[in-house]
Amino acid sequence: MEKSIKSYFPIFLGPTFLAFIIGFIVPFLMGLYLSLCDFRTAADAKFIGLGNFVKAFQDGEFLHAFVFTALFTLTTVILINVLAFAVAMVLTNNVPGTNIFRTTFFMPNLIGGIVLGYIWQLVFNGILSRYDLALKISAKFGFWGLVVVICWQQIGYMMIIYIAGLQSIPSSLNEAAAIDGANSWQRLWSVTIPNMMPSITICLFLTLTNGFKLFDQNLSLTAGEPMKQTEMLALNIFNTFYSRVGYQGVGQAKAVIFFVLVVALGLIQLKMTRSREVQQ
Amino acid sequence: MKQKKARKGWIATIILTIVAVFYVSPLFVVLMNSFKKKAFINLEPFNLPTARNWIGVENYANSIEKYGFLQAVLWTLVITVGSVVVILVCTSMFAWFITRVNNKATKFLYLLCVFSMVVPFQMVMFTLSLVTDRLRLNTPWGLIVIYLGFGAGLAVFMFCGFVKSIPIEIEEAAMIDGCTPLRTFFSVVLPIMKPTYISVGILETMWIWNDFLLPYLTLDLNKYSTISIVIQRMQGSFGRVDMGAIMASLVLAVIPIIIFYLSCQKYIIKGVAAGAVKG
Repeated sequence: MEKSIKSYFPIFLGPTFLAFIIGFIVPFLMGLYLSLCDFRTAADAKFIGLGNFVKAFQDGEFLHAFVFTALFTLTTVILINVLAFAVAMVLTNNVPGTNIFRTTFFMPNLIGGIVLGYIWQLVFNGILSRYDLALKISAKFGFWGLVVVICWQQIGYMMIIYIAGLQSIPSSLNEAAAIDGANSWQRLWSVTIPNMMPSITICLFLTLTNGFKLFDQNLSLTAGEPMKQTEMLALNIFNTFYSRVGYQGVGQAKAVIFFVLVVALGLIQLKMTRSREVQQ
Repeated sequence: MKQKKARKGWIATIILTIVAVFYVSPLFVVLMNSFKKKAFINLEPFNLPTARNWIGVENYANSIEKYGFLQAVLWTLVITVGSVVVILVCTSMFAWFITRVNNKATKFLYLLCVFSMVVPFQMVMFTLSLVTDRLRLNTPWGLIVIYLGFGAGLAVFMFCGFVKSIPIEIEEAAMIDGCTPLRTFFSVVLPIMKPTYISVGILETMWIWNDFLLPYLTLDLNKYSTISIVIQRMQGSFGRVDMGAIMASLVLAVIPIIIFYLSCQKYIIKGVAAGAVKG
């Protein structure tokens, strides 16, 4: 069978492969190469070695964006996962109206980042203006504003994953533990959470990479204001490319650093939590 | 015991109801403000519309006439539907092929797809916009090709996971009965994979409909725009920001999503859960 399929490879592989080369492989390799070049458009690229990377690491705004992003990601990963897990626990406990709540909490996830940012800008400015304040005057408001928006958007998504995980745990496990005299707190830590590790792994991975890669909401809610103090890594890279003339090479170097960082973080996290997964 | 548990359940319901009301309230604030005169939107966003600040549907008319919101909705629809259909057909064929033909090349292709899933868009955004300009793919139709390339990773990954679980004997039987590989794929494999098509379709739809940066960087913005691009442009344009038109546009942007969500809710939630398990 394999042989007869093989000769059909142009039809089966062709379209996707071609698009994959145009849309991913060529830009990726070009990006790697250009990070080592001085250029404004690709045509005038001149090889200069690691100079762009040196400049990127010396850029105070970039380092600030890194710290801001790291703090933001840490905060949202904890908040989103704890809250989503808690809601999932409540909703799998035969609460009247479960379906309506699930529908409601998941809904913001379908709304795009740009739209979400402007919806919340109105709400935050409406609240803050009562005290003669505004969202874009303080980095603190920007930070917590972003945290609220991202929690609002992602709790529902992670909740769905946690609910699916909770429903796949055989109820006999918890019943057996209860008969052995474990209270509900002990059951949570020794039965539910160890069995939930696959779901926890995936949710941590998603919230971690989503936090680091955040762009749309950052652009629409604060646009980095005040004074680029709420600029996250992705937005910093975007601004380096498109609002600083002659910095394209540095922008591309930052993008490579960003790529390595996201992949490394994702892999470390997967390794750490995968090792705690138990076989059922 | 049972009574106590039931009462606990109702307390949870009441608390969750309050939370849920807060959860959807930002959307109602926007809806409310979309009927107010612009000057009142920033001043008193939480006040209900009154005769004093009521403007009716003028904000909506502005959003559609001045900013071309309906064209943007149409282009977004073309890009989303086109890309999702193309992604589903092409990547499922790709995934079936690389799962059934087992050699070094197909393994490498699989790894390449998985790798592309973790690469952040910023890594390729600048060079991708150069490539699309050079190849004149800066139209909604060209964007479909780009989305196929950039969205292939997740789709191939999910389809491969499913193909592995299909017993190969069914396909072998079809081939022995004289089906070509193409016919085998379309009349045997495709119907079995229907649930995966729905899951992948929903995940890709959610991504492409809301995507901002990719179309912003690759589309010819003088001729085309998408919903996210129009809204971003309204806010970022120089001079006075027309809050009224923005509110109306936000409402118009959210309505199709809510309709889509409420009509395929069951599949969306299943799709998300399935995507996560595979991940």
